[in-house]
Amino acid sequence: MSKVQIKEESDIVKARSVAKEMARDLGFGLVDQTRISTAVSELARNIFAYAGEGEVYIETDWDHRKGIRITFTDQGPGIEDIDLALQDGFSTAGSMGKGLPGAKRLMDRLNIQTKPGEGTRIIIEKWLDK
Amino acid sequence: MRKSNLKLNLKMESSAIPILKLKEFLIVSIQLDLHDKMAEQLQQDILRRISQTGAKGVLIDISALETVDSFIGRTLAETARMARILDAELVIVGMPPSVASTFVELGLSMGGVKTAINLDEGYDMLEAYIKGQISHTKLTATEEEKEAGDE
Repeated sequence: MSKVQIKEESDIVKARSVAKEMARDLGFGLVDQTRISTAVSELARNIFAYAGEGEVYIETDWDHRKGIRITFTDQGPGIEDIDLALQDGFSTAGSMGKGLPGAKRLMDRLNIQTKPGEGTRIIIEKWLDK
Repeated sequence: MRKSNLKLNLKMESSAIPILKLKEFLIVSIQLDLHDKMAEQLQQDILRRISQTGAKGVLIDISALETVDSFIGRTLAETARMARILDAELVIVGMPPSVASTFVELGLSMGGVKTAINLDEGYDMLEAYIKGQISHTKLTATEEEKEAGDE
C-alpha cells in the first residue's frame, strides 16, 4: 500500500503517478492506467480545492480481488448532497464539475462516505478480474 | 517581505517550458507532467509570446502527457480561445489515443479547439488556415462571430 499526502498542487501529480505505476505493475493496460491516473487526479484535486489537505491511499490487494483500490480522505467541509455532486456540471468550487461524475465513469466502483462539516472519504476501484 | 515578493515575481515569470518561435508560429512541447500552476503559467507565457512576436499560430505538442484531466483540458481549451483573441490560431498535436478516450469518458470536449495527429499535420493545418484567412478575411470574421454567438 502507498500513501500520498495532499498538501500542495504538485502532490496531485505525485498521487496520480504513484497510482499509474502501481496499476501498470499489476497488469492494467495503457487505457486503464490512463483512466485510473485521471480519476486520481480529479479526486486528489477535489481534496486540494475543497479541504485544503488530505490523504490518498493506494492498494492493490483486498478481499481476494485483483485490482486497484484508491481511498481519498479529508477533514474538509464534506458534501451536502451526494446525488447533486455526482451530476455532470455541478460544482461549488468554480470548476467544471466533471471530477466526481467523471471519476465514477472511469472506474468500476465509486463509494462516497461524507458528513457535512466533518469530512469526506471516497473509495474508487478498478478490477482486473471482472 | 520585500525579498519574498521579489522571489515570487521571479517564479511567476516563466513556466520553464520552452516556447520556440519558427517563422510566424510558436512551438511548445510539453515533456513533463504538468501540475495546475505550471499549466496556468504556461498559458500566460504563451499569450505573452504571441503578443511579443505577433505569431499567427501556436502548436502545442502533448504527446508526452500521460494524463489530461479536466483542469489541464480546460486550461488548454481556454488558451486556444485566448490566443484567438490575440489573432493567433492554436493547434493541439499528438494527443495519445489513451488520453483521447479517457478525456471523452471523463465528459470533456475540446470544443472548438483544433487538434492534429502530429506536428507535421498541425503545421500544415495552421498554414492552410492562415492562407485561407488572408484570402477570405470576410468569411472568417463571419464564422468567428457565429462561434462566439454559439458559446
